[in-house]
Amino acid sequence: MTTTRTPRMDYDEALDRFEPVLGLETHVELGTASKMFCGCPTAFGAPPNTQVCPTCLAFPGSLPVANAKAIESTIRIGLALNCSIAEWCRFARKNYFYPDMPKNYQISQYDEPLCYDGHLDIEVDGKTVRIEIERVHLEEDTGKSTHMGGATGRIHGADYSIVDYNRAGIPLVEIVTKPIPGTDRLAPEVARAYVTELREIMRSLGVSDVRMEEGSLRCDVNVSLMPRGSSEWGTRTETKNVNSLRSVERAVRSEIERQAAILAEGGRIVQETRHFHEDTGTTTSGRSKEEAQDYRYFPEPDLLPIAPDPAWVAELKATLPELPSVRRKRLQAEWGLSDKDMEAMHNADAIDLVEATVAAGAPAADARKWWMGELARRANESGTALAGLPITPAQIARVTELVASGELNDKLAREVLEGVLAGEGSPDEVVEKRGLKIVNDEGELSAIVDQVIADNADAADKVRSGKIAAAGALVGGVMRASRGKADAARARAMILEKLGASE
Amino acid sequence: MSLIRKSAAELGALIAAGEASAVEVAEAHLDRMAEVEPKVNAFLHVDREVTLAQARAVDERLRAGERLGPLAGVPIAHKDIFTTADMPTTAASKILEGWRPPYDATVTRRLREAGLVILGKTNLDEFAMGSSTENSAYGPTRNPWDLTRVPGGSSGGSSAAVAAYEAPLSMGTDTGGSIRQPAALTGIVGMKPTYGGSSRYGLIAFASSLDTPGPFARDVLDAALLHETFSGHDPLDSTSIDAPVPSVVEAARQADVSGMRVGVVKEFGGDGYQPGVLARFNEAVALLESLGAKVVEVSCPSFATALPAYYLIAPSECSSNLARFDAMRYGLRVGDDGTRSAEEVMALTRAAGFGPEVKRRIMLGTYALSSGYYDAYYGQAQKVRTVISREFDAAFHQVDVLVSPTTPTTAFPIGERADDPMAMYLADLCTIPSNLAGNAAISVPCGLADEDGLPVGLQVMAPVLGDDRCYRVGAAVEKALESRWGGPLLKEAAAL
Repeated sequence: MTTTRTPRMDYDEALDRFEPVLGLETHVELGTASKMFCGCPTAFGAPPNTQVCPTCLAFPGSLPVANAKAIESTIRIGLALNCSIAEWCRFARKNYFYPDMPKNYQISQYDEPLCYDGHLDIEVDGKTVRIEIERVHLEEDTGKSTHMGGATGRIHGADYSIVDYNRAGIPLVEIVTKPIPGTDRLAPEVARAYVTELREIMRSLGVSDVRMEEGSLRCDVNVSLMPRGSSEWGTRTETKNVNSLRSVERAVRSEIERQAAILAEGGRIVQETRHFHEDTGTTTSGRSKEEAQDYRYFPEPDLLPIAPDPAWVAELKATLPELPSVRRKRLQAEWGLSDKDMEAMHNADAIDLVEATVAAGAPAADARKWWMGELARRANESGTALAGLPITPAQIARVTELVASGELNDKLAREVLEGVLAGEGSPDEVVEKRGLKIVNDEGELSAIVDQVIADNADAADKVRSGKIAAAGALVGGVMRASRGKADAARARAMILEKLGASE
Repeated sequence: MSLIRKSAAELGALIAAGEASAVEVAEAHLDRMAEVEPKVNAFLHVDREVTLAQARAVDERLRAGERLGPLAGVPIAHKDIFTTADMPTTAASKILEGWRPPYDATVTRRLREAGLVILGKTNLDEFAMGSSTENSAYGPTRNPWDLTRVPGGSSGGSSAAVAAYEAPLSMGTDTGGSIRQPAALTGIVGMKPTYGGSSRYGLIAFASSLDTPGPFARDVLDAALLHETFSGHDPLDSTSIDAPVPSVVEAARQADVSGMRVGVVKEFGGDGYQPGVLARFNEAVALLESLGAKVVEVSCPSFATALPAYYLIAPSECSSNLARFDAMRYGLRVGDDGTRSAEEVMALTRAAGFGPEVKRRIMLGTYALSSGYYDAYYGQAQKVRTVISREFDAAFHQVDVLVSPTTPTTAFPIGERADDPMAMYLADLCTIPSNLAGNAAISVPCGLADEDGLPVGLQVMAPVLGDDRCYRVGAAVEKALESRWGGPLLKEAAAL
């Protein structure tokens, strides 16, 4: 790794002088039960080299057979991205030697992608941005190399490398945008919003688990700059190893700052692959692409062309699920939320959770309040995603029900949630175990009130003499004495009544 | 008559009737192999015990009343390019020396299921690249008719084994003529079925869009019986055709050409053809006419471009297919001393493991597929391929089958063309068009050339899935000629 400091230009200054052009290549591992060209299972995290066979290890004589489900999933992705679907297309071999690619060629698609010419509209900062999709094609994943020894974990300088072929042959869909000009200062946000939207589309289609941290969604970010007023695009770099939504945003920003500094000093951008580093949020140089690698593509002779029946494609199109953007608009209207509230929920990944909570019987406002308030805070504290909290929408719905029926107040409800998150059981079990039910028994409350009045004679006298404001101290005393379980409004009314005062 | 002189159909009948056991038949052939292999070198791998264990298992299945096909218990020589789980598979290359596949090819499996007994793995040009079996990393196979001559290739071990009575049947693969040409050069029957008529699963790929498994036998009926045994759709090979296997056994029994329209390919003849080959071919055409066929001349001008197109397409595919031999997962590994990178070990292994012809074709193919050259070479060759297919289609509107000599010459001396790739490539001049178009074609013996007394083959080409026509015509010619000769042509073979 280079230790020389990379010069960078302040982001705002960079954007004053240059306009960015983006391009995004996204790889999605499909969640099919078997691999793309053989019957091996695709489970993540199995012991190395246990999900392999003669075909995905490229043993002599083995042959690929295309996974029909993967072709269907790719067409559905293309349809969801408003693409045209090829009436006839072929797989192609992409030839290059690498130890984690058993055949030393990858079965991919070249000039005949399965889906092409689509678009995806995303919302950024209240504006709709249309991302043009160049192509969506189907290919196979490679195995996974781990480079042992050496400082960087990269092949350069490593003592030796080990390869796990479990991933070799898992179906991989590549989604390539056309160049995206005109994003201006929002380039990082646009990139992030696009990948976020893609991820949600994949989820709604049920074609992939799209876990960036497990590599089932991977993104390559292309960035180039051109001087303001120019119409000629600059040389682009391709940044790989971008493994989270936040990193997508940071990688774009970092490349803009780096390229601007070079261009401002009259330098030239090298066309190359760059690696993103999560820790520093910056990129370092990888393989130069100045001399394009010759992959010697040719049509894959071991497989038949794909010719999807137009009637089948029409049926797939008709049975697509409601897409995330459409759904968000519907839910926003149903829940009566502002654009800003809805965007906040979207950014917090809370929409599914709120919807499920509403489905379990909670009012939308309450569901939103808990997920975006108390639970968001706790998720933030523990550094987990909202969906990763050990609590279910049904449990939240139950808590709101207990509050609505007067059995819990907000303070107690928070304690119940804490108990559920701590693994103490269901909301009802936590209420039971912790003794959190509101004090509804008039006799019990009356006794507590009497005791508090007796213990706070000064305050009681003030109330009797008409200084109603002093009742606050007495209510506080009741809440303390009941350990928060009293209904504060009821306690206040009783205090005033007993002291012969009124609001 | 000794067991080794019998046909596969006769042996199958004897075994089915309980008059001979599979073990007895296998032993007779193993003994013959022990006797002639030092001269012929048809086999790369023989394991008497493995073979006899297979034969015993077949005998037990038959005793248990299992209904097996007409070839149950019949021995077969298997080209060493099909994977076999119980024998090494090398493709005659150093890069796979000693490799034990973990699985049987579909063809292998079907042979076993039908009760055939595998005698061993036969020699070939390395990775099936060649026309003489001289490109084997394990030494050449010799032609049983004349041990100083080649048995053809690439399936030369398979043709020689059958011609030398080491096996009644053998399997070959035909990518540019690798079954028909060696059949012609050794005086036996060899059939290239329709591409996709059988499975390539477990067949080590040379050129995927051309490779076709096919049978060798000493007569047409035996070839047909074997053809029906291993053919048919395989879900493991996407390019295998999901259609019934043509009724080739029935066609071989019919042996009747009356009323058939036979086209003589005008372009295959003349300069460069051995006179004795043309003489026997012309007699065969006259014979067909006398048997009631209507013979016409058909012009297929694009066939002249088949050879150059083939030598772009086949090497292109091979350059990619052979990329997997990289020392990482199986086979030879050279230079892995702990200091060298994976790339260096790959390069050293491939340099040491591949022979000169394989390297030549990998380089040719790599060049033909390169950016900037693709359109002029690979792309253009594919266009030629389309034109050739159309010319076949047009011809088969006129005639039922096309005929030509199988090869321009008879078997050539070992070493004669080894240093002249272009001369070697010409051996496949007449056979290549059917590989490019994917149609069926057979070679049957049609006599001996006057100049050298060596066998000449008649090629009969039929449309895609018209394999039965090859057998019908081939069987008719065989029947008429054998009655003229007073027996099979092989009786004339002197060397063994």
